[in-house]
Amino acid sequence: MAPDEPTAEGLTEEAAASGKVAEAAERELPDVPALAAIVGPYPSTSWVVADDEWVVSVDAAEYHDLVATAKDGGFNMFIDLCGVDYFRRDPRFEVVLTLVDTATPMRLRVRAGVAGDQPEIVTVSDLFPGANFYEREAYDLFGIDFPGHPDLSRILLPDEWEGHPLRKDYDVGSVPIQFKESHKVQ
Amino acid sequence: MAGEVQPPGILLGTLAKGVNWARTRSMWGATFGLACCAIEMMGTGAAHNDLGRFGMEVFRASPRQADLMIVAGRVSQKMAPVLRQVYDQMSEPKWVISMGACASSGGMFNNYALVQGVDQIVPVDMYVPGCPPGPQSLMHGILTLHEKIMNGEIQRQIIRVGS
Amino acid sequence: MTDENQTEEVETGDAAIAVEEALPEGTEGRRVTHDMWVAGTEERPELRQFTDEGSQEMLPDEDEKNLDIQRGVVVDDDFELDDASDEEELQVINMGPQHPSTHGVLRLHMELEGETIRRVKPIIGYLHTGMEKTAETLTWLQGPTNVTRMDYISPFHNELVYSLAVEKLLGVEIPERAQAIRILMTELNRVASHLLWVATQGMDIGAISMMIYGWREREYLLDFFEKVTGLRMNHNFIRPGGVAADLPDGWEEDIEELLVKVPAGVEEYHEILDENPIFLDRTQGVGILTPAECRAFGVTGPNARASGIDWDLRKAFPYSGIDKYEFEVPLGQHGDVLDRYHVRMNEIDESMSIARQILETMPAGDYRTEDRKVTPPPRKRIDESMEALIHHFKIFTSGFSVAPGEAWQSVESPRGDLGVYVVSAGGAKPWRMHVRGPSFAHVQAMPAAVTDTLIADLVSTMASMDTVLGDVDR
Repeated sequence: MAPDEPTAEGLTEEAAASGKVAEAAERELPDVPALAAIVGPYPSTSWVVADDEWVVSVDAAEYHDLVATAKDGGFNMFIDLCGVDYFRRDPRFEVVLTLVDTATPMRLRVRAGVAGDQPEIVTVSDLFPGANFYEREAYDLFGIDFPGHPDLSRILLPDEWEGHPLRKDYDVGSVPIQFKESHKVQ
Repeated sequence: MAGEVQPPGILLGTLAKGVNWARTRSMWGATFGLACCAIEMMGTGAAHNDLGRFGMEVFRASPRQADLMIVAGRVSQKMAPVLRQVYDQMSEPKWVISMGACASSGGMFNNYALVQGVDQIVPVDMYVPGCPPGPQSLMHGILTLHEKIMNGEIQRQIIRVGS
Repeated sequence: MTDENQTEEVETGDAAIAVEEALPEGTEGRRVTHDMWVAGTEERPELRQFTDEGSQEMLPDEDEKNLDIQRGVVVDDDFELDDASDEEELQVINMGPQHPSTHGVLRLHMELEGETIRRVKPIIGYLHTGMEKTAETLTWLQGPTNVTRMDYISPFHNELVYSLAVEKLLGVEIPERAQAIRILMTELNRVASHLLWVATQGMDIGAISMMIYGWREREYLLDFFEKVTGLRMNHNFIRPGGVAADLPDGWEEDIEELLVKVPAGVEEYHEILDENPIFLDRTQGVGILTPAECRAFGVTGPNARASGIDWDLRKAFPYSGIDKYEFEVPLGQHGDVLDRYHVRMNEIDESMSIARQILETMPAGDYRTEDRKVTPPPRKRIDESMEALIHHFKIFTSGFSVAPGEAWQSVESPRGDLGVYVVSAGGAKPWRMHVRGPSFAHVQAMPAAVTDTLIADLVSTMASMDTVLGDVDR
């Protein structure tokens, strides 16, 4: 395996090995009652990065409910949604959603694994309209499908482009340096 | 047809020189600022480094009214047909300056998304290197282009290469 | 019948009453009197031309209403914003991608009813550079050269957010002097970015002189950047581990000069724009974004603060020691273009005040961390120490490795919440680097601000959202 690839178990195990994971039960939850409802059900796959940043890792099936609970619990500002291709891990892709609670303030990161063969995960654009463009970008660059999305089409690349460039099996597309006629002094 | 350029006589020679002089003295640019180079292009047009000294402070939005297209910035695959369309809409005589590393050769982004050099799409008369080229570099490029037009070199090149 | 009305008008001499009586039925409510015609009681000979039969002979088909309109008696205001509109009346117009007012290569697909925009769809991707893919082929130290070209008007912020994210994964401590230098450069960059913004905002509204003047102070700032980093733009100065070089000698005098020149210039811009009635007309009540829309779309930065959301990352999640400095966060109320203008102009003042505080309290120390596995050793040490040579070699050939993990870091860029999500697999190159550009969310929120307004308002609003297409398309 190339030195740049993650292990088959995925990065959460790696992060666990480096000591960054804390069981939710061991750590004192900060003074945000809603957070207990959000991360409580996932003691083994949620962890705290800093006093003001929590991460929850879920399956694709529980993703939408978790985001709805988070939105009701105060994380009502949408920040970001992106995809990651872990390539040799199962599930291959991951959708990472970042929300912010401006009152506390606190950041919540939701990582949802998406299987590799038919990558799809339910859309959250009904909860946050801002996710619309971001999910289109994830579709464009990774090929992740978002059933329920109002207009899932390519956004950054031309419509007729084939392939999904940010996947690890898509080459970066570099061109060897060419010396053209016009550079020679006449 | 590549052929010899007949040296013009006194009358036509002076007329040609006058025409060249007029062409260089109020060359209006088409706005084609794409990325970081556009900021430096705007800075060149601003008061500190003044393109108005050369009659070029006007950047026409409509390509029909422009002579010079300064391709300032990286040209993505989606933008390439637009670039060609704008170039085609300009009326003769027209010139193209490829400003910056990304326009000249793809720059530091040798990947799937960018056209590696804008001369794959439009014929370029002047390449200005830099990332981004400062206003002085761009002005040097513009003035060198003016010189080349004045002494007829661009015209000879077009006849030889075939535009 | 008309003849009688005309004779009455001339005879009585009191034109106002005569006009009342002469109006056909049903037109009373819409009558507008023009004072210059009805003031005074004596008949005015020049009005006779509007009352004569001659006009009727020339236009035999005109009916009463039209004649009154020609006389200037009745003004039929037919511009009404009708909510119920026919689908067939919508005209599709495309704006961009090559357009002087879209601030970059943004394409807007608009459906218009007259001059009113009923629906607008932004189409982006014309500047997509594949930076996130390129980042996977560059080492960690080469990352800032790539990232700095995303939001090209505030390059220091891109470099800062990337470096902070990588340092989170590395776990290195950055010395205080390096942190202070970083904040100095980023806050000055905020000033330069807002000056460029006010210049382009003025140009789009039509205040061309604002565009010509606006670059003046920016040139002073760019001169300072060139002195410190070597480049006017896209500096590659803030790197993981610290900054590339220490501040040059004489930087204190340069900052003091800037602290005098920039506020003086900004004072002039206030004079040009603040109470200009045309500017106020085109910015007040235009392009309103409500706080709920801001939260839903992820609009942050001055746009959100102009709508009243008190959210500034420098206060909420402080980075790089910025909580040591005192500054206020200007807030707006209405969420229109004028509020965004005031928020940004006040932010210029606050950033200059931070620069003054840094000038007074700049700590001594290193400009980069001492951890030799991350930053290269000083050049002369390479001749003396084998270990230094090996470190130098390792850093510049394969690059340093970063422990596996993931990290998110956000900074407050002049446009808003600029974030980087970095995933490392333990190698010398990032496994995944995603940049959250604030303008991506703003372009998405723009239809919410401009629907049911005029095209002229769209131009003004788009300028005020301060979108940079490099951030959007990456």
